[in-house]
Amino acid sequence: MSVSVQIEDFDIAAEIEALTAPDQDIGAVVTFSGLVREMTDAGAIQTMELEHYPGMTERALEEIVEQARARWPLNGVRVIHRFGPLAPGDRIVLVIAASRHREAAFEAAAFLMDYLKTKAPFWKKEAGSHGAAWVDAREADDQATTRWEQT
Amino acid sequence: MQILYFSWLRERVGEASEEIETQAATPADLITELKTRGGGHAMAFDDISAIRVAVDQQMVELDHPLEGAREVAFFPPMTGG
Repeated sequence: MSVSVQIEDFDIAAEIEALTAPDQDIGAVVTFSGLVREMTDAGAIQTMELEHYPGMTERALEEIVEQARARWPLNGVRVIHRFGPLAPGDRIVLVIAASRHREAAFEAAAFLMDYLKTKAPFWKKEAGSHGAAWVDAREADDQATTRWEQT
Repeated sequence: MQILYFSWLRERVGEASEEIETQAATPADLITELKTRGGGHAMAFDDISAIRVAVDQQMVELDHPLEGAREVAFFPPMTGG
């Protein structure tokens, strides 16, 4: 299983081991993990609630993984995205791309994250002493996705 | 047809989902219809440029045909990762 959407935390080292142990042709593993930042433009946050669209989320992530596999020679891909209540410092997302050589693994990991940010149905709501607010989508994230469509 | 709302659309409408009978041909037509339902619908759909739509769990444009659709979801741009 390459995609998981879960409330629980994940163990990065265990995930890398599970992905790479069965395939000794892998020469490069790139791992990205995203964490909850404490400081936002509105001030310090105490909690972040991640809402998602059950069913569509898994389907969208699997499509993104398929696209990455079509573009790069990948030996393994793993995507984990959490939902529910999170706090500053908590892990939110994990992307692992494994390949024979590093270029494919680096590029695929970046592609997976860029696509995930704009095409997987997750929404963040941050709450702190200043109140609670839904996070706005960033123009920079749209541009990061678009760059892969031009190459 | 099952209508789903997420994020601030859900909060403004006041419901996560509702089952409706509709002849709307596109999501844009459906929005026009939903805005007349009262409650928070008019406020939720006030700024159409901020709204994204998925039909049967696939992202589509607002003029996508709704024929045969079972589930239509409305939400703001995604902010995962």
